[in-house]
Amino acid sequence: MDTSPPDPQLSALYQELILDHYRRPRNKGTLEHATHTVSLNNPLCGDEIDLQLRVDGDVIKDARFIGRGCSISQAAASMMTQLLKDKSVPQALALADRMSAMMQGDEGAARDKTLGELRSLAGVSRFPVRVKCALLPWNALTDAVRQERG
Amino acid sequence: MLDVARLRADFPLLAQRENGHPLVYLDNAATTQKPQAVLDAIAAYYRTTNANVHRGAYDLAIRATEAYEAARAKVAAFVNAWAPEGVVFTRGTTEAINLVAGSYGRANVKAGDVVVVTAMDHHSNLVPWQILCQEKGATLRMVEVTEDGRIDLADFGRALERRPKIVAFPYVSNALGTVNPAAQLTSLAHAAGAVVVVDGAQSTPHLRVDVQALDCDFYALSGHKMLGPMGSGALVAKPQLLESMPPYHGGGEMISRVWDDHSTYNKIPHKFEAGTPNVEGAVGLAAAIAYLERIGPERIAEHEQSLAAAAIDKLTQIEGVTVYGPRGKGERAGVVSFTYGDIHPHDIATILDQDGICIRAGHHCAQPLMRRLNVTATARASFYLYNGLAEVDALAGSLVKAGALFGYVPA
Repeated sequence: MDTSPPDPQLSALYQELILDHYRRPRNKGTLEHATHTVSLNNPLCGDEIDLQLRVDGDVIKDARFIGRGCSISQAAASMMTQLLKDKSVPQALALADRMSAMMQGDEGAARDKTLGELRSLAGVSRFPVRVKCALLPWNALTDAVRQERG
Repeated sequence: MLDVARLRADFPLLAQRENGHPLVYLDNAATTQKPQAVLDAIAAYYRTTNANVHRGAYDLAIRATEAYEAARAKVAAFVNAWAPEGVVFTRGTTEAINLVAGSYGRANVKAGDVVVVTAMDHHSNLVPWQILCQEKGATLRMVEVTEDGRIDLADFGRALERRPKIVAFPYVSNALGTVNPAAQLTSLAHAAGAVVVVDGAQSTPHLRVDVQALDCDFYALSGHKMLGPMGSGALVAKPQLLESMPPYHGGGEMISRVWDDHSTYNKIPHKFEAGTPNVEGAVGLAAAIAYLERIGPERIAEHEQSLAAAAIDKLTQIEGVTVYGPRGKGERAGVVSFTYGDIHPHDIATILDQDGICIRAGHHCAQPLMRRLNVTATARASFYLYNGLAEVDALAGSLVKAGALFGYVPA
């Protein structure tokens, strides 16, 4: 039996912070008085997210989600909802772009403090098939705010 | 057990390394690797025999046609088909089932009729029947599965009381590996007056199949799951049923005479093979069958059952691992579907991949079954003749690493 320690890339992928958000997701549940609701799923792997936002004027006052899926998609959703509160819609879309850049391996984005705890997901960029997991909640966000802007 | 080291030498891809480790390919229920004999047969066909079949008036085209029809005879013999003309080449199981639904189903199922499927059917043996029933205003009745992953025979009996026109089920479940009592289910369905469609995608590669002994009416198989090329497969059917059915696709090859506004159709099986067929696929599939026959489906089944038993034994020793499906001897093919605590199957697959181990994670195209197991996904290891006990050990070892990363076992 192979008893060598897990490789560093895997340890970077499954940091404690990520597992903590996976096991104790923040902002999980239904939002009262939501102004925006989007359901997205990844038909290939079955990850699901229902994202709800309460937007007042141009400001995201609250964000909650219900989801099922892997540690990466669920941790990303949990961290994202934390970060979105009190951000303007343009700020939120800019964060989505930074997140996407980080997933493409952009090291500047991985050091960008505006991404907060999401920086712990930088290691996902080394696993191309998992990038879609980390971006699922962000795709839900951009769908949600663009619905209105049409 | 089979001599795995010797067999593996026949499969060039298996010599590869993945992520710095020897490749441990345990996703055989999805698709299988190809022996050199299959690769050679395809190359030889194109080097020496390629021409369009059933049309040419020259020697080369006659040889291509002979190769294609010899492949048909090979498939027929392998599953003990009623006759070679009862073998229609298709792109695989999915197309074969769609052919039955689209031709036999559309001609015979009417509003108010019942079609029976099971909760363990692959989407390819479910969605075509959903489409048919929606189009016709017929009722789709899904038979439940038991907690240990078998077809619920009591519920199967209740479904048959509705006198269904068609009963469809898998011989072997792709998600759980359950080997269903196909002959018994067929005879019960026949007694209720139904026509029986068996999804043979997971049985044909792994067991000795005898469609005449099963006495089903339609049997679908995929070449790529049994060492053959992708895009090869067949519908095996009772010839008199095929005779009675309207065409599925229109085009060349399937016609007899074509007038401005109507046509008469070719005899079976050509009536169902519109357009230039996948001759390369048929020739490759015949070579795959020759390879399997040389080893013997009975020995392959025994080998895989030993691997599955060893895997279940090893995996269930890891605290937190749940294995799904029946445990009795002969009740399971070489498929082991499992979960590990709250570690999502995709996370398991990513971690195992770093050790060069390929498994499937997801719903296995069986979402109704996943709902009944109360999971959204499982991890699945599926074995074939070229897998050995060392790979079972590698699987278990890598799972322990996954457990360490997620805090289930000390790192």
